[in-house]
Parts: sequence; C-alpha cells; structure tokens
Amino acid sequence: MMLRAALLTGALATVATAEERRTGYEMMSPDLRAMQDDEMSNPGMLWVAEGAALWDTPEGEAGLSCADCHGGAEQSMAGVAARYPAWDEDSGAPVDLAGRIGLCRTRHQNAGAWDRESRPLLALAAFVSRQSKGVPITPDSDPRLDPWRDTGRVLFETRMGQLNLACANCHDDHAGGHLAAATIPEAHPTGYPQYRLQWEEMGGLHRRFGNCMAGVRAEPFASGSPEYIALELFLMSRAAGLEMEAPAVRP
Amino acid sequence: MGRALSCAAAIAIAGPLGAQGLPDPLTDVPGDPSRGHAIVLDQQKSLCVLCHAGPFAEVPFQGDLGPDLTGVGDRLSLPELRLRVVDSRSVNPDTIMPPFHSLDGLARVGARWQGTTILTAQEVEDVVAYLASLKGGSE
Repeated sequence: MMLRAALLTGALATVATAEERRTGYEMMSPDLRAMQDDEMSNPGMLWVAEGAALWDTPEGEAGLSCADCHGGAEQSMAGVAARYPAWDEDSGAPVDLAGRIGLCRTRHQNAGAWDRESRPLLALAAFVSRQSKGVPITPDSDPRLDPWRDTGRVLFETRMGQLNLACANCHDDHAGGHLAAATIPEAHPTGYPQYRLQWEEMGGLHRRFGNCMAGVRAEPFASGSPEYIALELFLMSRAAGLEMEAPAVRP
Repeated sequence: MGRALSCAAAIAIAGPLGAQGLPDPLTDVPGDPSRGHAIVLDQQKSLCVLCHAGPFAEVPFQGDLGPDLTGVGDRLSLPELRLRVVDSRSVNPDTIMPPFHSLDGLARVGARWQGTTILTAQEVEDVVAYLASLKGGSE
C-alpha cells in the first residue's frame, strides 16, 4: 500500500513536465489555430502593426520615441515578454510589461499615463510581446520575486466568491473538462495581450483574471494590482518552458 | 432498539451528516418540480447545467465537471439531495460544487452578491423536488 502510494506520487510528479502541459492553443479548434497562425487573419496583428508605429513615434515633453532609447525592437525586445514580470529597482516591486511601458512613459518620455487596457498600450504591449514569439517562457530568477510568486500561488489556490472556487479547482483539477460548451484550459499565459472572440478586441491578462473572478462572483482585484502581478508571476513560473505565441487568439 | 443501532452504524460508516441529509424542508411551501426544472436549466441563476449533464433535451451543451443527474432521484433520497444542494461541503469538504444556500466561509464575495445565497430557501425546495423526480435512465 505504501509502495503503491509512492508510485502514484511519482506518477503525479511526472504529470508536471513540459511535455504534459497543454496551452490554450493546443486545446482549441483547428479553425481558431489557423486564424491565429495566419498573420493576415489574426486580428491581433492589427494591434501589433499599430504598436510598431508607436515604437517609432516621439512622445511626451521629452520628445523621445521608444526606438530613441531601445533601438530596433526586433533585437532589444527579443525575449523580454517571456521573462516578465520583472523587478523594478525604483519602486521596489515587480512590474509587468504594461506597467513597464507605463513607467517608461512617465519616467523617460515625460508623457501622461495610458490606461492599462487602452488601445495604444495594448498595441505597444502586443508589439513588444510579438518579439518573443517562439521563445520559451523563462521567468526572471531574481530571488526578490520569489515571495511574490508564493503569494501568487496562494491566490491561485484560494477559494473566493459566492461560488467558492479557486483558480486551481478549474485550471489544475479540471482542465480539459467542460463548463457547458467551453473547454477549461490549463491557464498558461503564453499569448498576452490576446485577441478574444468573446471580447471582440485585444485584452490583457489582468482583464482575463477579472473575467474569471466575476465568473465565480468574487470581487475582482484592480488591473495592475499587486495581487494580479503576484498571480501573473506564479502563472509564468508554472508555464516556464512553454513557448510564447503572442498575439494569441482565443474563443 | 434495533432501529437505533442500525442508525448508529450508518453514522459510523458514512459520517455525521452525509448519511442522513436534511430531512426537514427549508420552507412551509412544498417544492414545485416544474419551477425546480426551470431553475436547474437557468444558466445565469443556478448554473447547474454548466457542470452537470442530465436528461435536459433543451440544453445543447452540458458540462461534465459534476456527476450526470440522470436518475439522481433513484440514487439519493430527498434529504440527501437537500443537503447536497444547500451545502455539498457537508458531504465532501473538497467539493467544487458551490454552496447554494450557505454563506459559511465565503471570501471576497462580489459586492453585487454579498450576503445573498445562490438560491433562496424556496428555490432549494423547488430544485430538490425536481431532482427527486429524475428517476430511471435517460430517455
């Protein structure tokens, strides 16, 4: 009996290997995969194109464009989205990609803040994320991020809302199952910002968190909140090794 | 005497609450199976069919996270059904089935839902009456 339990534990540990994980891309229909794969039919590429233009546009009182400091995004931004969120020395806290773009605007361009879900911010984030397409998710190894990842794990496993469900109840324990017509994904954030047919537009990971929390009738945290940054850090470490695919298309 | 003994044996085997269920109705008005049927199919209110399949020809996409409700009236008694709808954690602390008529232990409930249960007491009675009527195989 003990031996059997040990073997079972070993088998469960094996489940957590990269080969066993499935991205939302792998779980969706061939039609949707084709839509994402074809740059002419992937609606997210409109945002990427807008972001490419914004990259070269001077902004704010400093009159600086992203390119003035960073040069060509193809080189300077390659792999960046695959390792975010990252530690920000000045604020003493981690920032996600949208937060980093916002800090660049206020600190270096002397420009006004953009709302996290605004079109230009999503466009620039989509353009930056695109430079990581095909790059394996490689979480930043800065140990100052570890307590945040732990907090994210706790949030992931905490039941909330009137329906009393934790993220893990669906996305760990019942991934692949069906909630009415919807197949429950494993919740690997490989392609944000992403185009959701349900939204009919691009949106960020924190907006998606808000959807799930509203679904279990919980009070969502604010986009960009420490809680969502922590959850994002945990999910990215959980998805380590999976390839980035922004801009993803999802149902 | 014999009855009391077998009852004690059942408690020992199935735990303090799981075996008995809730024998007393939550309201004075008997549950209405047709109203219960409508509540079960309501994907905004009860959400039942998001997780459960069953003999619901009207619902094209039925979930598969919980047990199929076909014939559930044969498998569970009225008190057992009532207990599971009110708060399934009484039977299984790790259940993913939401507590439909309990506020115990809930965290960070959305402002719109605070202080309210998913179903009212009468709605629980209606749903339970409907579930008890689900006898036999699928048809």
